[in-house]
Amino acid sequence: MSSPHTRTRPAVRGLQYLALLGYLVFLVFPLGWLISTAFKGPREIAQIHPHWIPRSPTLRNFSDAFDLQPILHGAGNSLVVAVCASLITVVLAAPAAYVLARHRNAVSRGTLGWVLLSQIFPFILIVIPLFLVLKQFQLINSLVGLVLVYVVWNMPFALWMLRSYVQAVPPVLEEAAAVDGAGRLRTLVSVVFPLLAPGVVATTLFAFINSWNEFFFALVLLKTPDKMTLPLILIRFIGADGVASLGPLAAAAVLATLPSLLFFALIQRRLTSGLLGGAVKG
Amino acid sequence: MTPDVWVLLLPALIPIVVLSLGPLIYGVYLGFTDARAGLYVPTDFIGLANFKELVHDDLFWSSFKIGLVWAVSVTVLQFVLSLGLALLLNVEGLRFRGLARVLALVPWAMPPVVIGIMWRLVYHPDAGILNQTLQSVGVLHHNVDWLSGFAIALPAVIVVGVWTGMPQTTVTLLAALQGVPGELGEAAALDGAGAWARFRVVSWPAIKPVVVSITTLNFIWNFNEFGLVYVLTAGGPGGKTQLPMLFAYMEAFRYGHFGYAAALGDVMVVVIAVLLVVYMRAQSRGERS
Repeated sequence: MSSPHTRTRPAVRGLQYLALLGYLVFLVFPLGWLISTAFKGPREIAQIHPHWIPRSPTLRNFSDAFDLQPILHGAGNSLVVAVCASLITVVLAAPAAYVLARHRNAVSRGTLGWVLLSQIFPFILIVIPLFLVLKQFQLINSLVGLVLVYVVWNMPFALWMLRSYVQAVPPVLEEAAAVDGAGRLRTLVSVVFPLLAPGVVATTLFAFINSWNEFFFALVLLKTPDKMTLPLILIRFIGADGVASLGPLAAAAVLATLPSLLFFALIQRRLTSGLLGGAVKG
Repeated sequence: MTPDVWVLLLPALIPIVVLSLGPLIYGVYLGFTDARAGLYVPTDFIGLANFKELVHDDLFWSSFKIGLVWAVSVTVLQFVLSLGLALLLNVEGLRFRGLARVLALVPWAMPPVVIGIMWRLVYHPDAGILNQTLQSVGVLHHNVDWLSGFAIALPAVIVVGVWTGMPQTTVTLLAALQGVPGELGEAAALDGAGAWARFRVVSWPAIKPVVVSITTLNFIWNFNEFGLVYVLTAGGPGGKTQLPMLFAYMEAFRYGHFGYAAALGDVMVVVIAVLLVVYMRAQSRGERS
């Protein structure tokens, strides 16, 4: 908003920096404490006056975390489920998103309407019937069952994001290909999808992050430790209470965040344009 | 619709219909039955009996009240703080803006379970940093058990909710602000408008549609929140943070009352729908006047 005509006064600028600082403190305060706790030994954690910088930093919590709970196994389950769910979601959603972007008719309006409407239903209404259905097919306590649920759960925003990426591809290109005699599917595969590639990657990674982080469905559907995904393994630490296990808990929490944080860093710019594609245009 | 369009659409539509639309309709119907967990338990249609029971269930009313307090507080605070932050991040020439923009996204990428664990460490009565910090600046004189105090647990949990939801709201509002043409603000400034007047006359009308959609979505998401609070307090102490979804989860998967839990879900849908209609009405009336 500032321009040559509206030079910011120093007092205002100072207040702006103060506000920014306040926000950053609020943001970093818990994050810093999590990381600090992850590197402290049990005696230091039990001290009456906790302090920010570990006096004798240790990596013991990380190895203890692996000993206390099957973290690697949980991470493996999470990885399998998140990779399968995100790939299947995007493979199914991309062609449909193309139709939603290019064809205005009752079916595509209905589908888009459903994408928005499905948001107002609480998870409990979907999870009980799914639980009953999956039980019929012996897919309770099964990673296959969880993948199915995640595909459906990821579908609305995947359609929404991909649709906005398709809208950004000029239809002229398809018309040119059609003039050259390419059929519709041919045009899609050789003209539209290559241009969509970055958007498809962003959507896949976002679906991966959502599935990696998901907790509620996993809590309901997975029963035994050998099937549990990482978030479920993490809350098993809380059951074993006491100050002593806080360090490994913090270490495990840090580790569990790294994959989603890494992927998020890769896609953050694209994500905002994709998710807001519909919203900002109003 | 030509056949090849259907070929493109059906792979997505079939799972949506079979695993989302179908189950949801069945889920809504279950609210009118006495469905219970267990393999060979028959399910009967019992009309409105579940809803009559809900009306007399004190736990239901209290969890619903807590849910509304939680959803309204988190949504409002999220919006006010995020708007402030988005305006800051939109100020030209402010240093550290890029860094703050990237850092501000971190909570979005974190698993809710990790956010819950992290704040449990912050709120920990003995080993937590919050008590230590507040005592060292003289605000507190003894340790507070933030997540177990009857009066303080809900506010403490609300703070975590705000922290968690700020990135999405901030990014959305920032994108909207960046869509506001700069010339309009400059023209208003030439006419002698101060910062507040420029915001009210130029930016606010331009971002209002986005404000309405993001606060609406936030409210729905917050009202349906589960994981964060499950990890922080599991609904305690004494049910003081028992959001409707936690209540429904307990009913369904701890006690096996599927029908009753579904009825609760039905009530939540109706309440959200009514609130949405009222909110949208108020918004459109505001636009006309």
